[in-house]
Amino acid sequence: MAETKIPSPVHRPLSPHLSIYRWPITMTMSIAHRITGSGLYFGTLLLAWWLVAVASGPNAFATFQAVASSFIGRLVLFGYTWALTHHMLGGVRHLIWDTIHGLDPGDREWLARATLFGSIALTIVLWIVAYFFTGGLRS
Amino acid sequence: MTMRTPLGRVRGLGSAKSGTEHFWRQRLTAVANIPLVIAGVVIVLSLLGRNHAATAQILGSPLIAIVMLLFVFSVVYHMRIGMQVVIEDYVHEEKLKLVLLMLNTFYAVAVGLAAAFAILKLSFGV
Repeated sequence: MAETKIPSPVHRPLSPHLSIYRWPITMTMSIAHRITGSGLYFGTLLLAWWLVAVASGPNAFATFQAVASSFIGRLVLFGYTWALTHHMLGGVRHLIWDTIHGLDPGDREWLARATLFGSIALTIVLWIVAYFFTGGLRS
Repeated sequence: MTMRTPLGRVRGLGSAKSGTEHFWRQRLTAVANIPLVIAGVVIVLSLLGRNHAATAQILGSPLIAIVMLLFVFSVVYHMRIGMQVVIEDYVHEEKLKLVLLMLNTFYAVAVGLAAAFAILKLSFGV
């Protein structure tokens, strides 16, 4: 592949990269989309565990319930809920961008904030529903 | 120094005509995930606090089982190609990258199959 090396005597200007800019919220939301996606990747294991436990019988189900309703279990599930809502809203944001809309500075800042606050609000609403309107308190 | 032009050097090395496949499937499963995740969340919320027998019966009922199977398939496909991009972006050592790409597929297939098997078992009631 040595052949493909192109000699470039001209020093062209390099585009500014991450370290040059002040850190904007769009950058935080971009990396948060990746982090929440990676979190969900491993969180799917919990979903599979739950389904396999239900299919295996009452004992396996009781074990899952005990782990899921422990303090750590609830903390993980709360994080899972936020990762899910954040990644979904972030995904919708990307789908909007795919239509070449919402790319202006004002729009993308607004979308980034909407993703963050929307996901936090949705997470809280889902947990309120879980605790007070379905059987979350009983488990 | 070679006399070939930059265009001549890349001719024949270009697109395999499948470059947008990954992008497309990412978007396809992303769009599918929106209604499926909402449905999945509603199903999980409605199952909270129920005992094993009730949970198994509801998860095994045809409509719920079909929705859950679609949910699992779409989510697992989406997360596999998503993690593939993460690996390709951050792992530059070729052998390690290949190993991780393989593990990524193994993990996605294993998790997806386990979940799908559980749903089918509940549904067929054996």
